[in-house]
Amino acid sequence: MRPRISELAWRNLVHDKVRLLVTVTGIVFAVVLIVVQLGLFLGFVTATSGLIDRSHADLWITAARVPYIEMGVPYSERKLSTVLATPGVVHATKYIVRFSQWQRRDGRQESVQVVGFDADQALGAPWNVVEGRATDLKLADNVFVDELYKDKLGVSRIGDVFEVRGRRARVAGFTRGIRSFTTSPYVFTSFKNAQDYATVPEDQTVYILVTIDPSARVDDVRRALLANVRDVDVLTTGEFSRMTRVYWMFTTGAGVAVLLAALLGLVVGVVVVAQTIYATTMDHLREYGTLKAMGATNGYLYRVIIQQAIISALVGYSLAMVVSWFVVRGSVKGGAAILLPLPMAIGMLGLTIVMCTGAALVSINKVTRLDPATVFKS
Amino acid sequence: MNAIIQAYGLTKTYAQGEAAMRALDEVTLEVRRGELMLLVGPSGSGKTTLLSILGCILRPTSGMLRVLGEDVTGMKERDLPAIRRERIGFIFQAFNLFPTLTAAQNVALALDLKGIGGRVARTRAVSLLEQVGLGNKLDAYPADLSGGQKQRVAIARALAGDPPVILADEPTAALDSHSGRAVMDVLKTLARERGRAIAIVTHDNRMLGYADRTVHMEDGRIVADERAEVLEGAVA
Repeated sequence: MRPRISELAWRNLVHDKVRLLVTVTGIVFAVVLIVVQLGLFLGFVTATSGLIDRSHADLWITAARVPYIEMGVPYSERKLSTVLATPGVVHATKYIVRFSQWQRRDGRQESVQVVGFDADQALGAPWNVVEGRATDLKLADNVFVDELYKDKLGVSRIGDVFEVRGRRARVAGFTRGIRSFTTSPYVFTSFKNAQDYATVPEDQTVYILVTIDPSARVDDVRRALLANVRDVDVLTTGEFSRMTRVYWMFTTGAGVAVLLAALLGLVVGVVVVAQTIYATTMDHLREYGTLKAMGATNGYLYRVIIQQAIISALVGYSLAMVVSWFVVRGSVKGGAAILLPLPMAIGMLGLTIVMCTGAALVSINKVTRLDPATVFKS
Repeated sequence: MNAIIQAYGLTKTYAQGEAAMRALDEVTLEVRRGELMLLVGPSGSGKTTLLSILGCILRPTSGMLRVLGEDVTGMKERDLPAIRRERIGFIFQAFNLFPTLTAAQNVALALDLKGIGGRVARTRAVSLLEQVGLGNKLDAYPADLSGGQKQRVAIARALAGDPPVILADEPTAALDSHSGRAVMDVLKTLARERGRAIAIVTHDNRMLGYADRTVHMEDGRIVADERAEVLEGAVA
């Protein structure tokens, strides 16, 4: 019976269905816009360093001063034995990531990135394999490509045969959702094939991936590797991932554009929410004036308005997440992934509440400065 | 104490460009317990400004105001809501009911401001609405009530906090004559039988007969202050 503040806030909201619809629509639009922009940014960031992040390696040994994964420079694979002999190293394997040319059956050339790894080890192997087995790549000429790029590469089924830089390549399996940030799809194959496909000299590798003894300290192993192996950099997976992300996101204009779009989405979202919440509060200005005249404290009014904002935020967020889920799902098969990981979804809830209450605070300012004498005006 | 509201030399000045507009000019008056006082006068004479100051929702530029003997003129802004909540009930020309709440909830809202809720609030709201003849409209929304019924809900709401002072701004202006008389009957009863001090701003001459006292204002000043005996003679 007692019109608790939350009930007053709720009733204020639901009384005018059209206004509520406008408010919630504004919030949904804003949240979806932000989710799409941030999700795209996250998708791009994740794509740039996916090979590194999913490599299972602790350390990456690169030629000196390699700035990002696509810019690897070949060096002597004899360093591998030195690496393996270094205290703290458990596994080490050669690894190649290099651009090459894929020739479709219709003769069209497509740029690809050949990823060569030791098919006997898990280090650097493809993930999300949906057809075929990683061990199939031990066989000569076998490659895996991602389902996303079937059309681009002209692949229809396992067994299809193509040419990579003039050498035979037989599709032996497919991965799902391994996107390349560049427009060149990844082609996974054995290290040996990759040397041929990417014209890496027979006695050279582009990277050495290392796993270390869990009891060893990364810095100690790194120091030891740097002391034993000359003319290389030794990077943790995190460091190399960060370098690659920073390069693509900030050194090139690509990431900056996506990030700006995300920020723009955030700003537009905040403005839309602010406007709708502000308009809702203004609609009830006379009632707040009446409450003030009746002796309501500013604190009481704050609570009503903030609760209205939070209710709007929760309703808008819930609907926005449903819409976002469909958008994210729809993007799975597209060229650009929109990611919505749980932490981001939770963060969006916080952001939505902050946006709505922030907008409400703007209107609160109006309410607290409201002259209660206005209630005497008919 | 007989005088519930005591105002001395109230002046209210508004800046109007470089000039100053004096809405109230040295107004001194008292409103006593059990008294129904009408504030009448032409538009712009300062009636509503005076009512706003008496209700502690507008501060005078100078002068002193006492409510139940307490000087409220120098009080801090944050202390005034409690004075309005505890000592003053307001009735507005446009009713100012919350359209989203039922009649009973509108009344209970005033109790909520005082921290009274639950069954106590419900019981008191029901009782107040019954007192104003709306016992059968407890769960009606304002949109479903006539103008007179809305104003009676507003009266019940004004009484919810059991204030000694009721201030009303044109409470009958939006009502037909029958509803207007019904509302004035309720207010008169509140003054006579409950000892409330009631000040009403009105343009409605039909209400003069309900007044114990009529204060005439012009240009921000009180130009006449007539008691009922004189009024009755004039009306007759």
